[in-house]
Amino acid sequence: MDLAGIVLFFRRLFRRKLVLFATLVLALIVVLAVLAPLVAPYSPTGMRVANRLKPPSGINWFGTDEFGRDVLSRIIYGGRASLGIGMAVVIASMLAGTTLGLLAGYFRTLDGIIMRMVDAMMSLPDILLAIFLVAVLGASAGNVVLALAIVYTPRVVRVVRGSTLVVRELPFVEAARTIGVSTWRILTRHILLNVASPILVQATFIFAYAVLAEAGLSFLGAGVPPEIPTWGTMIATGQQYADQAVWVVLFPGLAIVLSALCLQLLGDGLRDMLDPKLRKAL
Amino acid sequence: MLVAIARRLAGMLAVMFIVATMVFFLTRLAPGDPASLMLGDQATAADVAVLRATYGLDQPLLVQYVLWLKEIASGNLGQSIFLQRPVLQAIAERAEPTFFLALFSILIAALIGIPSGIASAVWRGDRLDQAVSAGAMLAASIPSFWLGLLLIQFLSVRLGWFPVAGYGDPGASLGMRLYHLVLPATVLGIVNSALITRFTRASMLDVLSEDYIRTARAKGISEARIVLRHALGNALVPIITVVGLTAALLVGGAIITETVFGLPGIGNLVVSAVLRRDYPVIQGALIVIAGIYVIINFAIDVIYTLVDPRVRT
Repeated sequence: MDLAGIVLFFRRLFRRKLVLFATLVLALIVVLAVLAPLVAPYSPTGMRVANRLKPPSGINWFGTDEFGRDVLSRIIYGGRASLGIGMAVVIASMLAGTTLGLLAGYFRTLDGIIMRMVDAMMSLPDILLAIFLVAVLGASAGNVVLALAIVYTPRVVRVVRGSTLVVRELPFVEAARTIGVSTWRILTRHILLNVASPILVQATFIFAYAVLAEAGLSFLGAGVPPEIPTWGTMIATGQQYADQAVWVVLFPGLAIVLSALCLQLLGDGLRDMLDPKLRKAL
Repeated sequence: MLVAIARRLAGMLAVMFIVATMVFFLTRLAPGDPASLMLGDQATAADVAVLRATYGLDQPLLVQYVLWLKEIASGNLGQSIFLQRPVLQAIAERAEPTFFLALFSILIAALIGIPSGIASAVWRGDRLDQAVSAGAMLAASIPSFWLGLLLIQFLSVRLGWFPVAGYGDPGASLGMRLYHLVLPATVLGIVNSALITRFTRASMLDVLSEDYIRTARAKGISEARIVLRHALGNALVPIITVVGLTAALLVGGAIITETVFGLPGIGNLVVSAVLRRDYPVIQGALIVIAGIYVIINFAIDVIYTLVDPRVRT
């Protein structure tokens, strides 16, 4: 895609003001997380017990937690782990799901076995499968990523397989096959490029689900170890102080809601733009 | 038609077989020997060896797998290590809160999702449609445990309207037990309404663009009748599917909500089993939960095959 194409892409995407707004908020959250050491007002781990459970004020905008740590700074740092895990889950599940989906959609012999596995995994609720996998693998950030990637791969497989089944039958693929283009090239060039849109849409939604699921796992005590600040672990450790200091729970949760909402709005915008069936109808 | 049902039945068994296989081998990946885990730190090597022999853990993995499949197929899910009772019994004892929670949650989700989805489709592109879509997305962005914690904090702790946690005293009446489910069911209902709203909208939009709707309009039938009779009647099939499958997923998917509200349900059983590494319970619960989902899925398929002649091929 050339520069003009990219500009056109974004102009179309941001035609809906809400999508533009969501993208900007999301970008802000990401920038804050990346630049955490520069932008966080305090250290995320600096304890000042005399200052514990202080309500929001001009000094600590979001208050302090049970160890007197600044909640805002912890949320900014927590974004690194929460969004980082989400991003890693997206990349891993996209790679695995796209590969399996292409194989299932293109090779009829593999279709049955791959799709039965997908059905089996989708017969278990996401969070249940995730907690089981983390239990088996052991609780660590890396294993949370692995577990959630396994949980979300079947969704990607379904989407990619569905699109592959359609694209496979299109005349240009048949033409490529006739003139002797290798199967590998057909898959990676002709089909992959044409199923890229639904993959992109799916990626944003999985990002949102992964952020939510990571928080859920941490809350259940089966996720990232509590000493690593993520939005989920902050709520999990803060819940016992919710009676006295509701902000300890409120603000990390708002960070999750805001991120997940913006990701879904962006995904919705992408789908509207990329799905030609919807576009025609609009 | 019988052939179609038989084929679905075979597919269902295949899925259950894969779930069982997956659960068995993944559990064996877990660090630590199950026998030493069961006996704890004080066990001697001899104790462990005896227990390994009793449970067949000294057999080759494939032999264990076949033995295990046989047990599962005959309905024996094994013994819980910590609860000192059969896994199936432990699950059955916890079934009531989970069942009612799933039932009320799905009712609330459907009561929110179906009307707002219909309205959204009828007035598509309007402000209302945009508000409903944004609302659904917001609902899907809320972590259930966070909403639960906040509702407990404000409605239970501060205002005292609802119990803070639990499922009532052991002898509590059914009404009292259900009263404990108001908040958790509301939380799950809101969070799960998003999917139903989206499905209802999409399904209604599909139907509303059909020719027979245009015909109905041309005949001068009132718009309300067209929407509620002609369109909804036909859009209902996919909506019922998503409601049914969401309900099925709620049976095992309510683990976070059950934990927040301290409900002694199946989800709670799974979480404590995970934290205590009680593998027979984890395995058994996964198989039962997948089984419920697969059976509901199968039931929906069969009902369609019976009701809708177009599916029968």
